[in-house]
Amino acid sequence: MTIEQIYREESGRILATLIRLLGDFDLAEEAVQEAFSAAVEHWPREGMPANPRAWLVSAGRNKAVDLLRRRALFEAKRDELARLSALAEEVRETPEESMFNDDRLRLIFTCCHPALAREAQVPLTLRTLCGLSTEEIARAFLVPLPTMAQRFVRAKQKIRDAGIPYRVPADEELTERLETVLLVVYLVFNEGYNATSGDVLVRRELCGEAIRLGRLLHKLMPEAAEAEALLALMLLHDSRRDARANASGEIVLLEEQDRSKWHWEQIHEGLELTERALGRGARGPYALQAAIAALHAQARRPEETDWHQIVALYELLMREQPSPVVELNRAVAVAMGSGEAEGLRLLDALEERGDLKGYYLLPAARGDLLRRMGSWKAAEEAFGDALLLVVNDAERRFLERRVAEMKGKIGG
Amino acid sequence: MQYLLLIYDQESQWGKLSEAEQGKMYQEYGDFTQSITKSGHYIGGNQLHPVAKATTVRVRDGKKVITDGPFAETKEQLGGYYMVEAKDLDDAVAIASRIPSARFGSIEVRPIVAREGPRP
Repeated sequence: MTIEQIYREESGRILATLIRLLGDFDLAEEAVQEAFSAAVEHWPREGMPANPRAWLVSAGRNKAVDLLRRRALFEAKRDELARLSALAEEVRETPEESMFNDDRLRLIFTCCHPALAREAQVPLTLRTLCGLSTEEIARAFLVPLPTMAQRFVRAKQKIRDAGIPYRVPADEELTERLETVLLVVYLVFNEGYNATSGDVLVRRELCGEAIRLGRLLHKLMPEAAEAEALLALMLLHDSRRDARANASGEIVLLEEQDRSKWHWEQIHEGLELTERALGRGARGPYALQAAIAALHAQARRPEETDWHQIVALYELLMREQPSPVVELNRAVAVAMGSGEAEGLRLLDALEERGDLKGYYLLPAARGDLLRRMGSWKAAEEAFGDALLLVVNDAERRFLERRVAEMKGKIGG
Repeated sequence: MQYLLLIYDQESQWGKLSEAEQGKMYQEYGDFTQSITKSGHYIGGNQLHPVAKATTVRVRDGKKVITDGPFAETKEQLGGYYMVEAKDLDDAVAIASRIPSARFGSIEVRPIVAREGPRP
């Protein structure tokens, strides 16, 4: 392993542990940088230590002591320095996996604390746990670098000044707090999954980071079935990454995807996790969505999809998390299972309520059902309505292609 | 760390309560204060008179400007506060959530700036 690889793999863990030891985000971040600088200097000469992680934590701690001294705060911080020196022993004695894991779990709960703004939770988690740079995160979220840097400064100040604790919440709060953590991880994933503009490559990496976080959570909290379900959901969605778009970046619908391009290893893992999570009683939104994704993944061919079961799952999801978008998905599933006319009736009802006014997927779904029925003219009109509402480039090109197809059918 | 827990609710609602309901509320506040005193969290706290009795003072160009009423009209008004000692924000939030008015009003949790000594 090179120092660079170790940085990528380990800097999150080392940071988490140093934050606990030092009780200060900024100081810990600086100490991590200094520790790696020291490694670059020492390791090529003296060889890599037997336990690089413990070496880096120890170096980081020493560097932090130096930093505090250099800031001429020695007098005021004498107690703290004494405490840090005492901790040196502890670090040397227990460089165990469990300690690092516990520290990372604490850090996740700190970064996703509900007292922090959502716009800070997500980037803070990516930076401290995934080791992404501020610049990478700014690019991924299409936010100017100074804006993102400012968010970090504010978030860290709030953690420090408001006394946001650095620990895993007590049992009675855990379920509620875990919900926020899972939501943050899911937001990271969606940010990458729906990436179609900006720096697509950087944004796609977010899916990988979200899955890494999901794995970490699942490993650290094996008893949390919803965390297991979220990991399953992300794996199943992500398994289709190479089939979702064609070579020119256009959207390929699920039923038209080349299923041999799906990542089957990932699907098998996702299916197994889904089954286990459901078996352990997970019935939250992630578990239900994972179950739906699992049914899609299990169909070798699109026409083998078990739409009736998917409809039933959407109904459960409606109860768990009522939203017009879920209702729209359910309507499409009904159409696929029981016929387009039935689906169109549900879309009409949705449209009448006006909840999805301005949402391009409503006319797009209508267009698709009409297309299946061979109502080319009406389908073309619906796709045209959708085009007026769409903002995303890839989706626009997809709809334009559909309109052209319908025109061809009418003409022919 | 020390936190100021600011209790905001709609003053107009208080007047709508019956005497018995008001009495029950005072009883709840009394029990709560006693409980956080016993647990060592309580530093201080008071109920405030309604904003109708507030006076706002500003000094502009060396001149005192005094106006009747609160500094801003808001939907919910500051009606009282507690000053507490808490381990961290979670601890403070747990205390705040037990304030009787939290059920219908809002509690703003504000950390107090520590002026001396090492950071906790």
